[in-house]
Amino acid sequence: MIKSLQKRNSELANSKRQLEILSNGIFQNGDLPKFKDKIAETGQFPLRAKKLEILQINVGYMCNQVCEHCHVDAGPDRKEIMTRETMRQCLEVIKNTGAHTLDLTGGAPEMNPDFRWFVEEASKVGVKDFIVRSNLTIIRANKKYYDLPEFFKKHNVHVISSMPHWTKGKTDKQRGSGVFDKSIKALQELNAVGYGMPDSNLRLDLVYNPSGAFLPGNQVSMEKDFKKALIDDFGIRFHNLFTITNLPISRFLDYLIASENYEDYMYALVEAYNPQTVDNVMCTNTLSVSWDGYLYDCDFNQMLNLPVNSKVKHISDYNEELLEGRTIMISQHCYGCTAGAGSSCQGSVT
Amino acid sequence: MQKTYYDPADLKKFGKITEWSEELGNKFFDYYAKVFEEGKLSAREKSLIALAVAHTEQCPYCIDAYTQDGLQRGITKEEMMEALHVGAAIKSGATLVHGVQMMNKVNKLEM
Repeated sequence: MIKSLQKRNSELANSKRQLEILSNGIFQNGDLPKFKDKIAETGQFPLRAKKLEILQINVGYMCNQVCEHCHVDAGPDRKEIMTRETMRQCLEVIKNTGAHTLDLTGGAPEMNPDFRWFVEEASKVGVKDFIVRSNLTIIRANKKYYDLPEFFKKHNVHVISSMPHWTKGKTDKQRGSGVFDKSIKALQELNAVGYGMPDSNLRLDLVYNPSGAFLPGNQVSMEKDFKKALIDDFGIRFHNLFTITNLPISRFLDYLIASENYEDYMYALVEAYNPQTVDNVMCTNTLSVSWDGYLYDCDFNQMLNLPVNSKVKHISDYNEELLEGRTIMISQHCYGCTAGAGSSCQGSVT
Repeated sequence: MQKTYYDPADLKKFGKITEWSEELGNKFFDYYAKVFEEGKLSAREKSLIALAVAHTEQCPYCIDAYTQDGLQRGITKEEMMEALHVGAAIKSGATLVHGVQMMNKVNKLEM
């Protein structure tokens, strides 16, 4: 198992270094336009936050997997974990905000020792869509997680899980040896309690990230291919597939540089830039909360340490009026969300 | 002086061919886009055909483009290689089937 960039003492563990790379070179010498200038061409700069719809909470960077493309640089060696006190502060906001979606992510959110308490409390609030982003293998990682499908069902959690491909080779290459078999087993167990069934209210969606330096294909076609392969080969059902573009940050940036794909990938992102996606990018209706309670426009900005441009910096000081209309923090990684049909934690945006 | 005939950067300039013949260039690109739409054959199947033909035509631009296209569509490397073997089989078959012509000629001329 590879180690996190932080554990390896990689220079890319420093978000400032990542931002330097994304601003220098081809973006400094004018070969490619900076994101700010690109969206200005269609009068879309500055990007501003609209009404909050999705509160995404990162409950910690610890994970049982070390995926090669992980934008969080998550892994077993990461110790950043949200405390119950910060969770309580989040719950206060969830109760008082009009956001229709609560989205728990990590790391593997289930590894937070207060995860179950948080889910139980949050489910009482009654948000319309309560998402947990589960990496699937956690369900098979240890006996104490075996009952997660039942636990999710009890709290009517919407499960969204990563699945880079319907073949073992591609999946294990991106996410680690043995991940495919465990993921298949976990999906079958989720199906067994009712998740992903055609008429079931127990939502099970999959997320597809390309396993390399290329962009995702058409979401509708990919979903068709995934559904056919998973039902034919394993009898697995799920509802929707979300295709997500890998953003050039953290471990994926490290991979791009090491494999000498960085410049070509940035060219591909800029070439696929679609101005129609800009109005719908997730940072305009989402607020991302870090494990220590700080606020960001999205999970990617959280990892780049680009906090919200607002007087309100922490969940304990949450103020909807002050946050609405704030200017979104951007850099060249944002091209990842505006390429092709666009990309967000809920898949394509157009 | 340019040292090689092929430059990967030229692929991105493909669209510029319309600059010297706008009507024909546009007609070509419209046709091209239409061909690759979902039809009786899926766009995925068409991508694999294009990849195989790219190799039989030995077009480096097309190989670059349709390898990327295949990856984006989730096509596996095993499927890609299988498609190439179809192209290679037809190429080698096309060579060998002309052997019949050679045999005919030999049979006609030899005592």
